[in-house]
Amino acid sequence: MTLFEPFQFEFFRNGFMVATLAGAICGLVGVYVVLRSMSYIGHGLSHSIFGGAAASAVLGVNFYLGAGMWGLLSALMIGRVARRGKIGADAAIGVITTASFALGLALSNVFGQAKRSIEAVLFGSILGVTTLEVIAVACVGVLAVAIIGAFYRKLLFATFDPEVADVTGVNVGRMEALLMLMLAVTILFTMKIVGVLLISALLVTPAVIARMVTNSFARMLVIAPLVGAACGAVGMVISYHADISSGASIILLAAFVFIVVYTVTGARGRGNAGGMIH
Amino acid sequence: MTNLIELNGISHSYGGPTVLEHVHLTIDEGSFLGVIGPSGSGKTTLLRLLLGNLRPTEGVVRRRADLRIAYVPQVETVNWNFPITVSEVVLMAAAAKWYRPRATESERKRVAELLEQLGLGGFEHRHIRELSGGQQQRVFLARALHRDPELLVLDEPTSGVDVRTRHEVVHLLTDLHRNGTSVVLSTHDINGLAAHLPLIACVNRELIAVGTPAEVLTSSVLERTYGAPMEVLEHGGMLLVTDSPMGIE
Repeated sequence: MTLFEPFQFEFFRNGFMVATLAGAICGLVGVYVVLRSMSYIGHGLSHSIFGGAAASAVLGVNFYLGAGMWGLLSALMIGRVARRGKIGADAAIGVITTASFALGLALSNVFGQAKRSIEAVLFGSILGVTTLEVIAVACVGVLAVAIIGAFYRKLLFATFDPEVADVTGVNVGRMEALLMLMLAVTILFTMKIVGVLLISALLVTPAVIARMVTNSFARMLVIAPLVGAACGAVGMVISYHADISSGASIILLAAFVFIVVYTVTGARGRGNAGGMIH
Repeated sequence: MTNLIELNGISHSYGGPTVLEHVHLTIDEGSFLGVIGPSGSGKTTLLRLLLGNLRPTEGVVRRRADLRIAYVPQVETVNWNFPITVSEVVLMAAAAKWYRPRATESERKRVAELLEQLGLGGFEHRHIRELSGGQQQRVFLARALHRDPELLVLDEPTSGVDVRTRHEVVHLLTDLHRNGTSVVLSTHDINGLAAHLPLIACVNRELIAVGTPAEVLTSSVLERTYGAPMEVLEHGGMLLVTDSPMGIE
């Protein structure tokens, strides 16, 4: 068995491309996620989208439409509950997204979705990735790059100093909504390959690795997608040869890179990452 | 003299008890106002109402149309681990106008001029964490000045800085005011900063007094503001406020 053997299969080639693109997109969006300390939102949204995916399957609605609307609705509800100030954002996420996740599990049980299909959604699978899905993920990537390019300064200002950005004329609420939309779409289109339970790690790990090696925001936006893409690509090959789920393989590789960079960069890297690593 | 901002009967609460109650305050063109009061007295809320970051739960805020306001937050609230350089911080001031990710030549020139003016020439590519307290304060002042503001609002500009930095900040603000910028700031530092300003507002949930230091820095006003006995001494023509803790002989 050679290293390139899996590339003779179309399903693997599609899965490989989606994993590479998913790693790059998660790395890019992840920079904003970690710098805004929003890691828990990524984690929560992926759980919530699982509920939407299960409901879509039961109702016979298109997966991306149903799960996407569900995810967006959850994100808006989280924002609304948190803004009211009676409970914190983390508590709102805990209630709304886990309830959505539980609903997804219940629907799957009641309507008899195969255990294997649930496992594939939870932990990621390279099987059944179509060419159309590769194109869809590529479009999400182009959209994310276009949004970040067009709103680079506004997003940077709203991320670094939202209060002053607001006074300076940046519509902070709109920038936050744009970030939430990017995050929801990224999770929606990449969760099939990485899995609901592991997607937040792909959002966070490449960005934290990038932060450990650079002090520049612009360079972080280049390094994090490269790290994510490399972990996605190499992780897929490992997944095939080791016969483990694609999500687990990609995330374990990202965690390994994190440990190496953490060790090599020493105190400087840990200092850069600051509040991200305790 | 024209009004820049007028607060008419403003009250505000964050959903719980009222933080500010029935405040009437006018910021005129050419003002140099210091807002003093104990922690939790509503100073920052007052500044945020002036800035338009908050909408009052009661009352009306009138702001002159097209008023250019710039804000310098407390340095304690800044995330110093954020991966950002000095020039990137200053360039943020133009964020609302530009969709171009990279700065133009003229923008870079303007940033360099501002940093030079504030004694930070050559620091453009330094990470903000690598600067001293005074330099960090001046970076955020440079970002505010990039907008060429008519009104500059500062939250605790001398909090957590040493005496030398405090003098630098006071001189900088005095120069800016002399050159036509109106300034409103909040401070805990009565002797080191507020006493040197032409106008002081004392706040503790309500506006207790507004006037010159001679009018406002009196034992009775300060006791109403801080809820503790305070003495005011005169030394070399300057007023000095000291607290007089009860029970200590």
